[in-house]
Amino acid sequence: MDLSLYNKIFENRLRLQIMSILMANEFYDFSSLKELLDATDGNLASNLKTLEKEGYLTVEKSFVDRKPNTRYMKTDKGRKAFENHLIALENLIKQQYK
Amino acid sequence: MDQKDLIKEIGHIRSMMEKSSKFLSISGLSAVLIGVYALLGASLAYLKVYGFGKLAYRDHYVTDDGIVHYLIVVAVLVLLASLVTGVLMARRKAKRAKQTIWNPASKSMLFAMAVPLVTGGLLAILLIVKGYLALIASILLLFYGLALVNGSMYTFKEVRWLGILKIGLGLLALLFPGYGLWFWMAGFGFLHIIYGFIVYKKYE
Repeated sequence: MDLSLYNKIFENRLRLQIMSILMANEFYDFSSLKELLDATDGNLASNLKTLEKEGYLTVEKSFVDRKPNTRYMKTDKGRKAFENHLIALENLIKQQYK
Repeated sequence: MDQKDLIKEIGHIRSMMEKSSKFLSISGLSAVLIGVYALLGASLAYLKVYGFGKLAYRDHYVTDDGIVHYLIVVAVLVLLASLVTGVLMARRKAKRAKQTIWNPASKSMLFAMAVPLVTGGLLAILLIVKGYLALIASILLLFYGLALVNGSMYTFKEVRWLGILKIGLGLLALLFPGYGLWFWMAGFGFLHIIYGFIVYKKYE
């Protein structure tokens, strides 16, 4: 059983969900993520930081109506990692059917 | 992790992908109400043009003075009532899911709909100004249908079919001049009502 694709980073529920959202959208901003995930600022920010450090997403800071607006985008590396993680989950499920 | 956890995990992924990219707060019941408004508006228009008399006689032609103004006022009132109903009921539905109606998915949906909608609206105004009144019902159905098909990427997949049917009715309306009002009632009235019931039954 090849578990090399399984990604510990995505063991955290919030990180998995953040990455799911970024997979389905070109970009997503901090406050929309917060609303959708029902997470606290601190928790969300620290997990976004982890994903950024891994090189799975990029951050783009700008101002809209003089309010800070932070947008997040997946990187190619992040997309690949997420797809591999899905394959690993799929393999795990298949294995249990055997 | 056992089987159940894994399937739950994948469920979370699916639900996040869908929730983040699709605007699902549109209320089915609001579509039913909007259909009813359209039928009420169309009845007012019918009574004004044909009166209470027998079917075969018109009291007026649409081109008579005052009639067009009356019809425009009715249409604008129907549009405003529909917008207010749609927004308020979507807001209520979103609140129950602890969400707002102004989010990336709703923005994408509105943006996708805006170009066909504004084009169709402006075209209708130009046609009224130029006096091509026979085309209005058809044009409104066609462009609204196109807007729905475009916007359907960001909401319930049923919206796509609603749009395609409206486009079909819009084209048929051109084939049968003089029956614009009936096609308009079928498209904006009955289709909205049927669509609303389907979405309400299926998702609410």
